[in-house]
Amino acid sequence: MTGLLAPPEDARALRKLADSSPPPRPARAASPWRRIGRIGLYLVLIVAAAGLFAPFIWMIASSLKTANEVFSIPVTWVPEVFVWNNYVEIWTQSDMVTWLRNTLFLSVVVTFLQVLTGSFAAYGFARIRFPGRDALFLVYIGTIAVPWQSYMIPQFILLSELKVSNTLWAIVLLQAFGAFGVFLMKQFYETIPEDLSEAARLDGLSEYGIWRRIMLPLSIPALASLALLTFVNTWNDYLGPLIYLRNPDLWTIQLGLKSFVSSLYDTNYALLFAGLVISVIPIAIIFLLGQKYFVEGIATSGMKG
Amino acid sequence: MATTDATKVAARPPRPSGQRRRSRLAMRNTLLGWSFILPNFLGFALLTLVPIVVLFYMSMTNWNVFGTANWVGFDNFERLVGDGSFRIALLNTLYYSALHIPLTFVVALGLALLLNNKLRGVAFFRTAAFFPYITSIVAIAIVWNLLFSPDYGPINEILRFFGMENPPGWLTSSDWAMPAVVIVSTWRDMGYYMILFLAGLQTVPRELHEAARVDGASTIQRFFNVTLPSLRPTTFFVTVMLTINSFKIFDLILVMTEGGPGQSTLVLSQFIYTKGFEESQFGYASAASVALFFMCIIVTVAQFLLNKKRSV
Repeated sequence: MTGLLAPPEDARALRKLADSSPPPRPARAASPWRRIGRIGLYLVLIVAAAGLFAPFIWMIASSLKTANEVFSIPVTWVPEVFVWNNYVEIWTQSDMVTWLRNTLFLSVVVTFLQVLTGSFAAYGFARIRFPGRDALFLVYIGTIAVPWQSYMIPQFILLSELKVSNTLWAIVLLQAFGAFGVFLMKQFYETIPEDLSEAARLDGLSEYGIWRRIMLPLSIPALASLALLTFVNTWNDYLGPLIYLRNPDLWTIQLGLKSFVSSLYDTNYALLFAGLVISVIPIAIIFLLGQKYFVEGIATSGMKG
Repeated sequence: MATTDATKVAARPPRPSGQRRRSRLAMRNTLLGWSFILPNFLGFALLTLVPIVVLFYMSMTNWNVFGTANWVGFDNFERLVGDGSFRIALLNTLYYSALHIPLTFVVALGLALLLNNKLRGVAFFRTAAFFPYITSIVAIAIVWNLLFSPDYGPINEILRFFGMENPPGWLTSSDWAMPAVVIVSTWRDMGYYMILFLAGLQTVPRELHEAARVDGASTIQRFFNVTLPSLRPTTFFVTVMLTINSFKIFDLILVMTEGGPGQSTLVLSQFIYTKGFEESQFGYASAASVALFFMCIIVTVAQFLLNKKRSV
């Protein structure tokens, strides 16, 4: 089953990928054909970029339109009048504050627990040898091939029996103990030279001390990857909240915006788009700040969600 | 995997110590190891392992909304075989996979090859292409739903501009709803798989390319004879993840089409969701879950074996 993991050499290659271009090739005589080829590549790149970003641009543009202009024909890409008021009104017309507060609470608690228990368990898997360890890790890895959708029903019944369904704790439990964190951190710990912990051990540091004083500080990049991926994943989760959070006071931003579409008889789409933009902004900021860690996290673990 | 690190730990006190000492060390390490793993394992066991085991039991019962369950053996599975909706859900899932897997594979690999070139703006694009993947499904689905709107949507307007008289009805048409979903899911996922491919491409030895070039191999020949074989660990991994992710497709469909129009985009996960959470037939829904479970496991194991056989 270990074949399920992304090839480790890929991860290493990617460490540098995020912020650097490929090394320059030895200069060759530039023939006209080569130049045409390069222009062609740029054209493909531009078309791809347009296709990639058009939906986002349209979303932002629509959030600044009047309700009628969203569906005007021909489609306007720049609003005739910028209706900044949409961004004020969405707060009064919906429970955005409640939704954002719930989502933020979940994302922070889940991320904290996932990083803490994940890195702790990863140390046990990476550095302490005991009978049954490898078999146990295989069980962890094996669950990657099992989609959550296939055991969501017994899980729901279990959590209902424990009386946590329809509370925010259900989502915390659901997201915080995945195999993902353990796996990502274990991959990283194995790149840290054993000599370091050996020296600390000779100095009388316990294994817990080594985890706390040596491994945690050294694994900050991996912790950042894990924290960012977990945060974004929890922020965006739709299915978990859909199944577990029935009470509108508990809704997350995703559930709230979805209900906003279906609840209003005459949905003001411009307003809805303002809400969508607000829901995407935190993710965009996190992504811009930590894009390197996202890319490394994906390349190291090769999985998410 | 680095079991080497761990062997060092175990082999640390190599003094002639006798059986008892060694077993005491093993005991100590076991306790120590479990003390690290336990906090995560408790949650993992409760939320993942126990539900998976219970799933198989539930699929053999008629568990309902009152929590009463009688053992019914394979009745649920027999009912599944005769259930028209289940058959449609299964076929739709396979249809989605048949479109999504090759399309995403080709687009992601193409993008990775393109971005592996030395071009201006490539570094920016590499990370930017990944952005749709971390944007919420709800936002994506709502935006694309309106982009696909048959009469007022920008997509059909563009198609009309290019002279198409009757552009597809997309999400309102039972023929075009699934392709529309596939377009969105490919757009969303390609950045993620592109990153995996890009990482793989970094490991293709440059000398191999140079040697092939000297031997007069064309770009296309080099792609098939140098790049693709060197990428095999990555392509294997990408195919497995793509397949599992296609089989379990759910949230995008739930927000975009809710399985409609009619049952034209009803997929397995949604069948499970409807039977379980909307109709409270937990036993029957579990049987369908077991089917999904085995589809994913079988495909993973099969690809794993195939990959192993080819690399020998």
